[in-house]
Amino acid sequence: MSKTEITSILATDCGSTTTKAILIEKRDNVFRLVVRGEAPTTVEAPVEDVTQGVLNAVSEVQELAGRQILTDDGKAIIKPIKDGKGVDLYVSTSSAGGGLQMMVSGVVKTMSGESATRAALGAGAIVMDVLATNDGRLPHQKIQRIRHLRPDMILLSGGVDGGTKSHVIALAEIIAAASPKARLGAGYELPVLYAGNKDAQAEIKETLGTKVALDITDNLRPSMESENLMPTRQKIQHLFLEHVMSHAPGYPHLMELTDEDIMPTPGAVGDIMQLISRKKGLTVVGADIGGATTDVFSVFQGIYNKSVSANYGMSYSISNVFAEAGLENIMRWVPFEMDERDLRNRVKNKMIRPTTIPYLLEELMVEQACAREALRLSFDQHRSLAVGLKGIQQERTIGDVFEQTMTGETLVNLKDLNMLIGSGGVLSHAPRRQQTAMMLIDSFLPEGLTQLTVDSIFMMPQLGVLAKVHEEAALSVFERDCLIYLGTCVAPTGIVKKTGEAVLDYVLTKQNGDVLKGTVNGGELNVVKLAVGETAKIVIHPKRHYDMGNGPGKDFEGEVSGGVVGLIFDTRGRPFKFPTDNAERVKLVKSWYKALDLYPGL
Amino acid sequence: MASAYTPGLKIVSKTLVEKDRKLPLLGEVRVKKGDKVKAESVVASTNLPGNVFMVNIANLLSIEPHEIKDFLKKKEGDRVEKDDIIAETTGFFGFFKSCVRSPIKGSIENLSTATGQAVLREPPIPVEVHAYVDGEIDDIYPNEGVKIKTTATYIQGIFGIGGEVTGLLEVVSSSPDAVLEKDDIKPVHAGKIIVGGSLVTAEALQKAIDVGVRGVIVGGYDAHDLKEFLGYDLGVAITGTEEKGITLVVTEGFGKIQMAHKTYELLKAAEGMKTSINGATQIRAGVIRPEVIIPLKVEAHDEQVHQGNNGMLVGTSVRIIRQPHFGEVAKVVNLPEKPVVIESEAKVRVVDIETTSGLKLTLPRANVEIIEE
Repeated sequence: MSKTEITSILATDCGSTTTKAILIEKRDNVFRLVVRGEAPTTVEAPVEDVTQGVLNAVSEVQELAGRQILTDDGKAIIKPIKDGKGVDLYVSTSSAGGGLQMMVSGVVKTMSGESATRAALGAGAIVMDVLATNDGRLPHQKIQRIRHLRPDMILLSGGVDGGTKSHVIALAEIIAAASPKARLGAGYELPVLYAGNKDAQAEIKETLGTKVALDITDNLRPSMESENLMPTRQKIQHLFLEHVMSHAPGYPHLMELTDEDIMPTPGAVGDIMQLISRKKGLTVVGADIGGATTDVFSVFQGIYNKSVSANYGMSYSISNVFAEAGLENIMRWVPFEMDERDLRNRVKNKMIRPTTIPYLLEELMVEQACAREALRLSFDQHRSLAVGLKGIQQERTIGDVFEQTMTGETLVNLKDLNMLIGSGGVLSHAPRRQQTAMMLIDSFLPEGLTQLTVDSIFMMPQLGVLAKVHEEAALSVFERDCLIYLGTCVAPTGIVKKTGEAVLDYVLTKQNGDVLKGTVNGGELNVVKLAVGETAKIVIHPKRHYDMGNGPGKDFEGEVSGGVVGLIFDTRGRPFKFPTDNAERVKLVKSWYKALDLYPGL
Repeated sequence: MASAYTPGLKIVSKTLVEKDRKLPLLGEVRVKKGDKVKAESVVASTNLPGNVFMVNIANLLSIEPHEIKDFLKKKEGDRVEKDDIIAETTGFFGFFKSCVRSPIKGSIENLSTATGQAVLREPPIPVEVHAYVDGEIDDIYPNEGVKIKTTATYIQGIFGIGGEVTGLLEVVSSSPDAVLEKDDIKPVHAGKIIVGGSLVTAEALQKAIDVGVRGVIVGGYDAHDLKEFLGYDLGVAITGTEEKGITLVVTEGFGKIQMAHKTYELLKAAEGMKTSINGATQIRAGVIRPEVIIPLKVEAHDEQVHQGNNGMLVGTSVRIIRQPHFGEVAKVVNLPEKPVVIESEAKVRVVDIETTSGLKLTLPRANVEIIEE
């Protein structure tokens, strides 16, 4: 079917927790979103076939659209459209495979083993175990361990370039003997990344080449004193996207239904982020927070970067967010006291029953607190990966081999950031858009003027894959139905020494000539209404310790865009700290939430 | 209407269970197809070469390598005990002798007059695979292992810790909502797999370990206790290799949650029977859940698989799996078509239910799971 004949498109995104389906139709010569449906992703018994979740989500779409899309037995999609039944095109993205759990191996546990661990952690993986020649385990115990843990990927390292090869080859032999199977079963090969002694590459290929999906990159420990983690980290991210994330039980079955190759979700969302940056000429940071993973994207200096934090998310990975961020960091955003025991139980229950949603307001607040931390941690990881020159070798001395520092300077500069884009269930489906704006601000701590936007109903993945095959339809829906403008955040840098002291004065001149003047105090959030589509000139006079981008105390002029929330003055400082006294903290957090009318009854 | 799918755990009174049991390395299969085996039977085994120890005799005796043959007390292939003399000088008139003793029990593998070294090897290390469940050998994987089949009661838990253990089953808690307390655990429970109700306390679990209980099956466990027990905060639910001296299978979730009646009744009916459990859990795509297998002494199997996921209907029994009223059991009263705004202000598809205590609630469909009666 030619593109011009296509009038009805179905697109799905199989997340780790939820499968989302959208129906796009050409009406009055324009492609528009018609309805959206969703259903839990089916990766567990008794179904264990991701296709069932897709069919369930499409079933909801056909109910809401009031017309038939699935065949009478509900097992396939009618294509092409005929007598008002079915669709012309079906495309899908997937991140149903969930997080990334790796085993790493090195010859010496405290040398290459440590470097390999750092590389895997830096790439967003959970390290399930470190195998080393000197870890005290016998070969069969190592083999049993590999088989039991079912890692998603194995990183094999060891030996300095030009050094002895026998130890790392022996480790490869153990991996080969374990004959590791990919967690998602037959049809997939387990990715094994070799980042060891370059002189052993031929032997490693011979040992593992036919048994696993072997990939080779630069030695992460080329000499005793040097560590070169970035090529390994980048490669792990790449292999994760290609081999793990999109795959799930029933994936081959789903492939039979789609008209185009299934695209990994971060790839599709990343394409949309780049499109926004290119079309609007803006520097962009975007985040897509899912159940198992959180993907962060950025375009600075025309360079696009993507990172997948494979174990920060809102369902399968929520317990990991809790463990990594710590109780205190989660609870600092919650404006009430909570019993720690109860909170831990709730978080773990969400992990083991990932499809549940918060019914109570206090549960929503806790989940949104976890989202802030998941986004913050993912953004930290992104910054360390988004560097200008890839593969810069970091020289280390024996003394600092255990310090983790970045290789290369990050490209992410918040003062240069024009637009922050949020996507993912917790951001797109927040009951109030103010909540989305607040989560974005609290997680990314934008500086200067930053426009805030969100994916309206969490459909960027579907539009990303659709753009590959029908750009006109994808762009049409994107422009009209996808991006919601929340407003602009105004945030000077500088530390607030005393709550209540004046931080800045502003003069806002709207398009209709109305002039608004005001002073904003430290430690506060203030909102000025500015509607969607409205822009205004703003002149800001920061006080002497505060900087809007022109230097401390220097005046700043710019243009701000409105949105469903409006203009948000965030004068809590950059960085900002919470009061140590809990009652004071609760009072302050409540005042912020009240300023944005974040929750009912505050 | 779209099927209201919820992840369902398999809870079956009688079903055919098949288990692959494989060696980590190639070896010998010790049983044949059709053999009846016990859980503790060795079905396959292999021997790993023992560890090697190098002893430099020449250095230790201050002689040239080629001279060691004159002082050896053992020859290649000889067995040695720890501290046996391998080589010894003659000394002066029987005095001032120097000797080299074996650091291990094992055998002399090699004696080199080129390097002056002795290579000693410890005895072979046996690696065995047990059947894990009482059953029958259904298939043989040559040199690797076997497939075992058994007709059994099969219960999947939602979360567990610890690996495979076997023991006689004893229901300790008097009801599915009773808390398993420290005082409930008695020395008589040593070697057994015990069943609690809605919660096992940290003290009770510790006492169970102390008295030698092999496994605990219980409705709920406190996440805070889990952190204390493991010594770290579990981020991603991948378990099974903990060596804590006990295996725990949690059937419902974290906190105090009444064990599902069906689960409790199945376990009660199997009291005194030999039971195999495994706490290994991996909650991610390609999920692994902990399991309870109670082999039955019947040949035929009558599969009654829990299939509670083919859609919620009016009258369907459900359990609430999130606050408020977490853990309560209810019946579906109505399934409104249109999304409804709930307390958190989210607009979601809901289900109207009535709990066993008569409470009428409207909850997100995602927050209930179907239970089989």
